[in-house]
Amino acid sequence: MAIYRSHVLVCGGTGCHSSKSDEIKRKFEEKIKEMNLDNEVQVISTGCFGLCEEGPIVVIYPEGAFYSRMQINRVDRIVEEHLYKGRIVKEFLYEESIEADQIIPLSDVDFYKKQKRVALKYCGVIDPENINEYIANDGYMALGKVLTEMTPDQVIDVIKDSGLRGRGGGGFPTGLKWSFAAPNEADQKYIICNADEGDPGAFMDRSVLEGDPHCILEAMAIAGYAIGATKGFVYVRAEYPIAVQRLQIAINQAKTMGLIGKNIFETGFDFEVEIRLGAGAFVCGEETALMASIEGQRGMSRNKPPFPAVSGLFGKPTIINNVETLANIPQIILNGADWFRSFGTEKSPGTKVFALGGKINNTGLVEIPMGTSLREVIYDIGGGCPNGKAFKAVQTGGPSGGCITADYIDTPIDFDTLTELGSMMGSGGMIVMDEDNCMVDIARFFLEFTVEESCGKCTPCREGTKRMLEILERIAEGKGTLEDLDKLEKLGNNIKNTSLCGLGQTAPNPVSSTLKYFRDEYEAHVIDKRCPAGVCQSLLNYYIIDTCRGCTKCARQCPVKCIDGKVKELHVIDQDKCIKCGACMEACPFDAIIKK
Amino acid sequence: MKSLEELKKIREEAKKNLELRETGKNVRVVVGMATCGISAGARPVLQAFIDEVSKRNLTNVQVVQTGCIGMCANEPIVEVTAPDQEKVTYIHMDVDKVKRVVAQHLVQGMAVKEYTIGHAE
Repeated sequence: MAIYRSHVLVCGGTGCHSSKSDEIKRKFEEKIKEMNLDNEVQVISTGCFGLCEEGPIVVIYPEGAFYSRMQINRVDRIVEEHLYKGRIVKEFLYEESIEADQIIPLSDVDFYKKQKRVALKYCGVIDPENINEYIANDGYMALGKVLTEMTPDQVIDVIKDSGLRGRGGGGFPTGLKWSFAAPNEADQKYIICNADEGDPGAFMDRSVLEGDPHCILEAMAIAGYAIGATKGFVYVRAEYPIAVQRLQIAINQAKTMGLIGKNIFETGFDFEVEIRLGAGAFVCGEETALMASIEGQRGMSRNKPPFPAVSGLFGKPTIINNVETLANIPQIILNGADWFRSFGTEKSPGTKVFALGGKINNTGLVEIPMGTSLREVIYDIGGGCPNGKAFKAVQTGGPSGGCITADYIDTPIDFDTLTELGSMMGSGGMIVMDEDNCMVDIARFFLEFTVEESCGKCTPCREGTKRMLEILERIAEGKGTLEDLDKLEKLGNNIKNTSLCGLGQTAPNPVSSTLKYFRDEYEAHVIDKRCPAGVCQSLLNYYIIDTCRGCTKCARQCPVKCIDGKVKELHVIDQDKCIKCGACMEACPFDAIIKK
Repeated sequence: MKSLEELKKIREEAKKNLELRETGKNVRVVVGMATCGISAGARPVLQAFIDEVSKRNLTNVQVVQTGCIGMCANEPIVEVTAPDQEKVTYIHMDVDKVKRVVAQHLVQGMAVKEYTIGHAE
């Protein structure tokens, strides 16, 4: 195996890929070859580094130089200066990674300092398409350990003792789940990895699959051994092409090396893994709908019991675990349950990955010990809201979750605290909102999503969410009444209590939590017919203020000719005729038109 | 793959290449790689350090490059820094000298005085 003196790690996660990191990588390779350095310097495409805001990201070792917001035209200089002459091009480095003119280790940068990486441990560190890099980091050692040293019951006990809870949102204890399937006699059992990540804004599962696909295969094989399953499926959405491709490469490599397949490590244990592509329906993240989809049926949920552990895929005992949950398993096996319990909270041990998005400076993926406060995540790691705007609320759990306000920002995050606040962990989407976000509009956005994604099998979810959306739309248009607010609450409760699956049971959460914490904002829409954040278009009016010079530009732009005024005199908008298209505001060279 | 032992062998082999990405190492070998250094032969010196360090499995040693130190006449220049030790600067390095520096300085902890800048003066 060749040893190189320098490694150029180019982020190949979807985020950086979409800003052309593949072209940057190619350019590095070309230039390195041109300079005859290709025997000394290795270029590697990795998984997500997490700091997507600063992408595309390139890290060069051994110095650990973190080049952010890379551009193709910077490659030549970096190769000539840094790789050839050893002079780090400081002006291209991530600002925060330089302190007093010295490069500080990435782990000391604000964004990474408070993070604890378990599930994302090797994302952005190894080449996901090279099994040797995974093996170098103790890859498949956990599988070797369970197969040669442990009984299936011992494996389940370790996972139980670790207190690991399902990271897909439900928070159900993983070890307990496994113990339900283990004793069931059957000619075939299945392990399914749920990679149907559907929450808008959540992308941690994708990043694990893209950055460290082998850990998922290893964990599935471990789970298979624990419950007596010999076949596994990864159910992943087709809209994650890079994840699917890397996973397939990983499966092929693991098969070639005999790390999955027949008679693994000569212990007589067989385990096969196959990929099943989902078409992207949100409901297919629900386990019974997911299994229906793998079976080739329409993706619809069904009543539980029977639980999948008893009668799952093709009627056989099945365990379904989320990607992030599985990513924790090999390390728990290698390091022990106590190690895992050494971070996080008592009832929610370990870490959780959150996808930070919305009005936040450092958009990206962060992994923190459970019990970290929202404040630390949003301000210390996320860098606060951009442009000095005031933080208003954070939406966790996507369309199933709710909003948490600034009053609760010091709440330590774990499964139970978030549920108490009327939100939920969900898969870990975290959308930050500032003073410019209208909460009615946010609730409407998420409800629109669930209405679209409801599978239609049960009436409360199919009809109920649709009616709630209609009420919200009415409120946003200024046609709502106070009774509508009570109706929303009542309807929401009914849907929660009577829906068939988690999709419907949680769908009203975005509405009920905003209604609880921001009732005044709803009332402003209903009583004063006003949108305090200035978002709901129907409730806004355009006005011309006295900085108007009377240039007539706006009047000429207006498509309905509702602006009146003479040259060099203050113009006026006829509010009855105005269609609120905003064309005048864009045309005004003096910023004399305001919206309120 | 037959046994766990085989996997362990692959792991040890694969680890060598990845050592590079660990930045927490305590001994640094800094090779001057500006135009002056390169033209005086710093490139084979750098490569020799990497080869020797990996051959001997010196996991605490990091080999990095730097720019011009300003004493171009003495290139190739190599600096070795280790905790609680004064920085040692070697001058006029070549591949054979590298082998001795690795064996004597990096492994045994004794600087090769006759190659250092202090000795030349």
